Parts: sequence; C-alpha cells; structure tokens
Amino acid sequence: MSAALDLLRVEEIRKSYPVRRGAFGAARGRLRAVDGVSLHVASGETLGLVGESGSGKTTTGRLIARLEEPESGRIWFDGEDWLALSGEALRRRRRDLQVVFQDPQTSLNPRMTAGDQVAEPLRVQAIVPRQQVRSRVAELLAEVGLSPESASRFPSEFSGGQRQRIAIARALATRPRLVICDEPVASLDVSVAAQVVNLLLDLRERSGLSYLFVSHDLATVERISDRVAVMYLGRIVEEGPTAEVTSRPLHPYTAALLSAVPSAGPVPARARVVLPGEPPSAADPPHGCSFHPRCPIARPRCREETPPLSPFTSSRTAACFYPGELAP
Amino acid sequence: MTLPVLSTRDLTVELAVDGKWFPAVNRVSFDLAPGESLGIVGETGCGKTLLACALIHLLPEGARVSGTLRSGEEDLSHLTEKEWTRLRGGRIAMVFQEPAAALDPVMTIGAQILESVRRHRGATGASARAFARELLAEVSFPDPDRGLSEYPHRLSGGLKQRALLAVALAGDPAVLIADEPTTALDATVSADVLELLDRLRRERGLALLLITHDLASVARHTDRTLVLYAGSVVEERPTGDLFGAPMHPYTRGLLECLPRLGAATSSRLPVIAGAVPDLASRPAGVCSFAPRCPDRFEPCDLSEPPLFPLAAGVARCFLYEGARSTPSTRGTGDGA
Repeated sequence: MSAALDLLRVEEIRKSYPVRRGAFGAARGRLRAVDGVSLHVASGETLGLVGESGSGKTTTGRLIARLEEPESGRIWFDGEDWLALSGEALRRRRRDLQVVFQDPQTSLNPRMTAGDQVAEPLRVQAIVPRQQVRSRVAELLAEVGLSPESASRFPSEFSGGQRQRIAIARALATRPRLVICDEPVASLDVSVAAQVVNLLLDLRERSGLSYLFVSHDLATVERISDRVAVMYLGRIVEEGPTAEVTSRPLHPYTAALLSAVPSAGPVPARARVVLPGEPPSAADPPHGCSFHPRCPIARPRCREETPPLSPFTSSRTAACFYPGELAP
Repeated sequence: MTLPVLSTRDLTVELAVDGKWFPAVNRVSFDLAPGESLGIVGETGCGKTLLACALIHLLPEGARVSGTLRSGEEDLSHLTEKEWTRLRGGRIAMVFQEPAAALDPVMTIGAQILESVRRHRGATGASARAFARELLAEVSFPDPDRGLSEYPHRLSGGLKQRALLAVALAGDPAVLIADEPTTALDATVSADVLELLDRLRRERGLALLLITHDLASVARHTDRTLVLYAGSVVEERPTGDLFGAPMHPYTRGLLECLPRLGAATSSRLPVIAGAVPDLASRPAGVCSFAPRCPDRFEPCDLSEPPLFPLAAGVARCFLYEGARSTPSTRGTGDGA
C-alpha cells in the first residue's frame, strides 16, 4: 500500500439515514447512502467520482469534508487521522481541505460582497496579516479571472459562471491541498462550463492541488481526472485510470453509463446499453449484487452473492463476477 | 402541402427594463409540420423559455407580444383566454423541466389523467378509467393499474415525466412542446424519455418542439434545429447538416466547447470568449454576436445581418451573404 504517498485515504466509510413513513412516522429501515466506500487521492492527483442521483457520490464528498460524520470507517488526510480531529484542531486543518458546491447561487451569501466572501476564510484562518487581506483578495480574484473591481459587488450582480468563480476563489483562499468539487459546472451553460473546467485545470497546474471531482458527467470527468471511481447505490463498482475505464469499462453499469453519454457529433453515439427497470432505492437494495436486477449479463450467482471490489489489473478494480464482459 | 401545426412569423416578446422596452425574443419565425420534430437550442438568456411561454400564451405579467402565431388554419394571435384554455393541453400540449412541480402532489396519477380526459374528451366513469390506463401503458409505465393509484412523490423523476406525458396525451395533441424535458433527469433515464418521445412521434404522428440547452438531445432526436442567440434566430437548418457542419460562428463555438468522450486528460476545452450580453445592453443595429465572434469583419459592425439563405436553411451571418442567390422569403428580421 502506498499510504505514505496518499494525500487522502478513505477506508470503508459508511453512512445511513433512517427512512420514515410520513413526517412523524417511526423509522422503518435505513437508507444506506454510503455503504463501505474506500478510495485514495495522491498529492497533485484528481480522482473523478461518478454516479447518478442516489448513488451516494455527494454524501461521500460531504463525509470526507466532515460536513457530516461517517458511522464507521477511517479517513487519513495528509498522514493524519482525519476523523480523530475535532474542535479547534479540525478548524485549523480545514484550511487544507476545501469544498466547491454545485450551485453558487446558494453557496454564496447574497448580502456579502464578493470581496468579503473571499476575505472571510483569510480572516478566520488568519492566513495573512490584516493589512494584507485586501491585496490578497485582489490576487485571488485575478487568479479566477475576475477584475479587482468585482470585490465590491454583490453575488446578484454576477452571472452564474462568475459566481462559481467567486466560490472557487473563496475555496482557494486558504491555499488548500485538496478541493472537493461537487458538480461544479452542472448548473452552468455549456460555454460557461467550459470556461470553468479550464479554470480548474489551470489552477491545478499552477498550484499542484488535488481535486476530488464529484460529477454525473463522464465527458467532463474524463477531461479532468487522472483516475475515476464509479458509484452505484452507495458503493464503488469500478475504479481505475480514466482512459482505461472510459475506453474499456469492466463493470456493466459503467458500460451503460458510457453508452448514455450524449454525443452531439455528426457520428451517431455508440449503441446504447438499455438498462431494464427503474433504479432501485438505497433504502431497499436488491439481494446479491445490487446491480443484478438491471444488469444485461446477470447470472444466477449474481442474485446470491455480492461481488467484492477486487483487483483486475494492478491499477484497476471492479465489483463484478464477469468483468469486461459487456463492452459498450 | 399540409399546413404547419405550429407556425410563427416575427414573434417578438418585449420586456421592460427601467421603463424601456427590449426584445427578449426578437422576430422569431418557424414552421413545424405535422409529425416533424424541431429543436430550439440556446443558452441561458437566449429567450427560449419566454418563446415557449409565448407559444402557449402563458407569459409573465408585463411582457409585450407581437407577430403572428398560427396552428393549422387557425390564427392564435387573437384568441381569448377561454379559447386558450381549450387549446392548451388539447391540440397543443406541453411538458416542462420539473415534472415534480407540474404534477399535483395531493392527487393520484390516475386522477390527474382523468381530469385531462374529462376536460378534453368529455369522457367519465369506467371508459375514462380504461382510457387513462391505456395512456399509462402507452408511455411504458410499468404496471399501469397500480400507477393510476400512485401519488407523485412515490415515483422516480423518470416515472413522473412519463406520468406527465400521459396527462399531455389525454388531450390527443397534434403538437407537444417540451421545455427542457430531461434536464432534471439522470443520463440513462433521460435517454429513455427521449426515446419514448421518438416513439410517440412515430406512432401518433405527433409534432415535437424540443426546447433545450442540451445540444446532444437535439442532435439525436430532431429533424431540424434552430439556434437562438440573444433572442434572435442565428441559424436554422436540418439537424444532421447543422451538427455535421455548423455555419454560424456561435453554433460552431457552442459545439466545440461541449466536452466529448475520448479527449485527452487535462486538455483545455475551446471556449467562446466573453458572455451573453444583458437584455438592456445588447448592441443594436449591428450583429449581436460580433463582440464575441472569432470571424468578425467590417460588415458586422455596420448593420445587423439578416438571415441569409443556405442550400438548406438559414444563417444570420455576413459570411454567408450571397451564399445562395435567391433571397429568403421568410421573416429575415430586416423588415421584409
């Protein structure tokens, strides 16, 4: 294991929520949102975490950021037991792990100027002396492509893409080592999304930071990630170097996801793998392999046993008894 | 030739900003033939949602509409509210982005379809119920009998959108206006819903107006594509032509900045410089895309380009001046 080299190492984290009948009803079971997820991110590396709604990808990001606490499992960040930190120690270490959320409309404070929002982490974490805060804010705004004058404007005076730039500048203010990006371009128009993706690539190149890039969009993930992990119903079903996963998926769910990536080119997209039925609920996961009811290549064994995430090559893992059988 | 099920000429929607009127939808003209599918694409602020609202006469207060709107032989420009109520959900049906908001949370799916069946078909009782069940089966709702008694919150996003389509079909529409129908859905589910729309078109001869920012869904599911920029049509051509060889620099830019599978890791995406101008600060009397255009040349800053005719379709760009000798006969936005 290369634990020493990993900036982030997550081992078997779990999180479940009670499922109730009606607003005041008794719990009638638990929804296992994150069901034993392990992953690692090396320094300077980007891991893409891909999945559809309900896959647990956002919750995984929130657990790592400690916006919520996992019920079990371990997280190592920069060689430290991340879950053992609390209070002042956690607050101080948070400067190294920041989050950019999907919707800058709700993640920014509408009553604070752009400059004040970027300055806030600088003041809270006492990153720079008081008298240097203003010039540092101007630098950060310039880094994300905003003019120094934007510091005195309010979020409502910016477009969606500019607001996301402010959120990125705020996340970068503490010079973090890892930024968790949760669907950072999902609510932006294509031409604006392209600008923000390029900005994230530029920032990584300049400062050598790492991203955990959480997204449903495989085409964007492919461009920004060195490795990719695919989630389905709270678990990672496949993980490996991006180009290998997207060109030769091992798990049938990855193959289906890839075949559903829309193509606007003149060449028709590859034949679509149609998944029968509806996505199951994490509150009532199927027995055996949780993907088997929708899997085009499921066999009797898949109904009985749960396939573990096991090595396929030295760099790839898949949770399937018949890896690579369904090509997209 | 059969008359278009939906047709507009110089359809304009103006909004007031600080007491001055600005066209958010600027002289848009198109025809939609029976059974045809037309995609209308554009980014935030291009006017596509206002256009959709104008087509079904559901505009926000304070909006000013001009131009003509027809369906078959009927001129819809001067209909009363009551006549619109009959038409909406009847001959002209629509589905929106957020199926959860369009369905009534305290009514079963069956009750909502029955309401539409009663209003548009006058049917009640057992025959109406059997008809509602048929509609759910037609949109491939699994277990339609159970589906009738389900409440919306119990359904996934994909099933809600199918239920909403069943409600829309109850009025036996000739045209379906779908405004961002799959934006709220996951990729695998969204592909299923678009394939369902294709099938309804084939089986019912339903015309589809697909209004979306999602270029890929338009590329795969429409016959013709119309691109809106800053309220105006900038290109309209057969879908295969447009996506194969985009003509207007804006269309070309949009297609280039779309991430595609197979790109090298860390490679930068091409971008369109700048941003869509605000409604009140759009350049008037010149090409509205010129400030962001990589192909800008002298004529662009002298006058507003009309829609120049191409071998098939039109493009609003001086690059194509004289591309085909005969002038366009349709609303070209130049006062013709």
